[in-house]
Amino acid sequence: MKLKGADILLKMLQEEGVDTIFGYPGGAVIDIYDALMEEKSINHVLVRHEQGAAHAADGYARASGKVGVCLVTSGPGATNTVTGIASAYMDSIPIVILTGQVPTALIGNDAFQEVDIVGITRPCTKHNYLVKDVRNLARTIKEAFYIARSGRPGPVLVDLPKDVVNATTQFNVPGEVKLKTYNPTYKPNIKQLNKVVELIAKSQKPVIFSGGGVSLSKGHQELTELARKLQIPVTSTLMGLGGFPGTDPLWLGMLGMHGTFRANMAVSECDLLLSVGVRFDDRVTGKIDEFAPNAKIVQIDIDPTSIQKTVPVHVPVVGDCKISLAEINTLVDKKKWEGLTETRKPWLGQIDEWKQTTPLAYEQGEVIKPQYVIDTLYDITGGDAIITTEVGQNQMWAAQYYHVKEPGHFITSGGLGAMGFGLPAAIGAQVGAPGSTVVDIAGDGSIQMNIQELATAVQYNLPVKVVILNNGFLGMVRQWQELFYKRRYSSTQFVHAPDFVKLAEAYGAVGLRAKTPDEVASVLRQGLECNRPVVMDFVVEPEESVYPMVPAGAPIKKMLLV
Amino acid sequence: MTEKKHLLSILVDNEPGVLSRITGLFSGRGYNIESLSVAETVDPGISRITMVTKGSPMIIEQIQKQLNKLINVLKVIDLTGTQYVEREMALIKVNARADHRAEILRITDIFRGQVVDVGMEHFTLKIEGDAEKIEAVLNLLKPFGIREIARTGCVALPRENR
Repeated sequence: MKLKGADILLKMLQEEGVDTIFGYPGGAVIDIYDALMEEKSINHVLVRHEQGAAHAADGYARASGKVGVCLVTSGPGATNTVTGIASAYMDSIPIVILTGQVPTALIGNDAFQEVDIVGITRPCTKHNYLVKDVRNLARTIKEAFYIARSGRPGPVLVDLPKDVVNATTQFNVPGEVKLKTYNPTYKPNIKQLNKVVELIAKSQKPVIFSGGGVSLSKGHQELTELARKLQIPVTSTLMGLGGFPGTDPLWLGMLGMHGTFRANMAVSECDLLLSVGVRFDDRVTGKIDEFAPNAKIVQIDIDPTSIQKTVPVHVPVVGDCKISLAEINTLVDKKKWEGLTETRKPWLGQIDEWKQTTPLAYEQGEVIKPQYVIDTLYDITGGDAIITTEVGQNQMWAAQYYHVKEPGHFITSGGLGAMGFGLPAAIGAQVGAPGSTVVDIAGDGSIQMNIQELATAVQYNLPVKVVILNNGFLGMVRQWQELFYKRRYSSTQFVHAPDFVKLAEAYGAVGLRAKTPDEVASVLRQGLECNRPVVMDFVVEPEESVYPMVPAGAPIKKMLLV
Repeated sequence: MTEKKHLLSILVDNEPGVLSRITGLFSGRGYNIESLSVAETVDPGISRITMVTKGSPMIIEQIQKQLNKLINVLKVIDLTGTQYVEREMALIKVNARADHRAEILRITDIFRGQVVDVGMEHFTLKIEGDAEKIEAVLNLLKPFGIREIARTGCVALPRENR
């Protein structure tokens, strides 16, 4: 069958099970959009800015477990996706970005809306392609999806020149992808796993440290089984939230700069750190020389470059987190664990003491505390909502006070820390998980970075809820200025801000506001019950800070607590 | 930790953009490239990159892993500490006035080099060997005035087991 490039592209997207594309048309992709008119099985969500398309594809991928797809035009369309691509790359999220390109004959001539997007995105994609011949198109799309979702997932960009999209060729569905240069290791080395189990058996004070890899591999059940079976407390990275139930007695809370007191203490005191799907980010380790100083460190990760990148490791295990944890569970079952409860008692007792003496806390006075908003949101939703966040204080409070229960329910720009992520990601998540309650926890700064996507939510009847913790500041930077720059608030106060209620209404969404603590629950209830997009503006304490806080470069044991 | 030179032999897909992925990886992550040489292998679909880099053992381990992670990289071999043969070629344009010519030719002979171009006031010499040998020649020629140098960078292959 002879087909045009644009039709081959759509056929291949169908082959890969794509039901949704987030995109924005333009000259270089007009032929693809024209073909899309006839393609009823693919739902196109027209965003309002290409950055929104990339973040939405990211949110969609995390909520649905499928590969997210976005389609944008050449030049500015492509460059606008770069922040979204970089964020997905840092967080290992499988997305495929399809960019239009000027015709091959014009490439390199500084043509209108030409940019070398393959060059620009080389360091922030898992891989990328420029398709120069329509005969390679089908195979390239197949490879792109395979690379995006296999191994350590990540974004893959495919650049599509206009003449390639318009050229015609014989179309056959390509066979299975086999790349001689790319072959991720899923199955761990059993010898290494035996060492891990031996270390657990010897350990008096073990801690499991889980990360995004657990959610990505869907290894949360295996992780929970191991922790419960051997009574090992669990902490996680920001990306790891949801990999272990936030309501379990063994849950320590998040680790790191804004980690809980007990998590940071437990890791500092533990004798075994069983790390699964983490990459020891500086926000987690603090001062590296004093990170888990007494511990033997095990690191399980599918990406060999993550192992021993920043922290020396005693037992490295290269493999898929889910498979590795399942194998460890099998090995654990073959061993006798007599007197385990007795052995763990002092360690768990110590952790409980830390929890009792220094819990996460705030005092709700006359002005709304941001923590109280999230606490109340958690109570009302029963912890079942899909939470997306922006970046900064809102993100940290969400991580601390919304006790996520399962993977794919805490969607945040963890590695890159891209403000403006939350709303488009919520839109993507709502498309990917249609029945769910999706809430973007935002600040008044971040929400203004991609607020235009409210129009997208309204157009497609996506009932996302935006909770704005409105403190009139770029709160996290203000907090640093307060603590480390003598309260010199350089450019962190918004002297002028829009009326978010009116703004929501102007976009056709619902706007609500709470000014006092007693309005918080009713506004949240009203917002959550509404089946339209809602913006809830909470006027909160302007100078509230996130605690605990580990100053940058300090050991995680040295926390500021108030 | 002490930094050490390592000689890496990297087999990659022979297609546009691959070299840029590799150099981009090095510049983006702050690794060193001391020399680099690239050409096709027996299989025209594959190129060999020979690279001299420098770093602590942890960095060298990361460099190898990061290279292996690139989709277009087939194989990374660290030749350092193994049995291998290594060559570099340098073209050296040196001042050669009449009264210095004999001495320069003698040095060239000692190092088994060749004169590949002669002018009224200069020789262009070709010298082959490992990096140390080339450095030694350059040191000896320096007093005459070296006008220009072009070096290939190191190329290397592992020795076969005998």
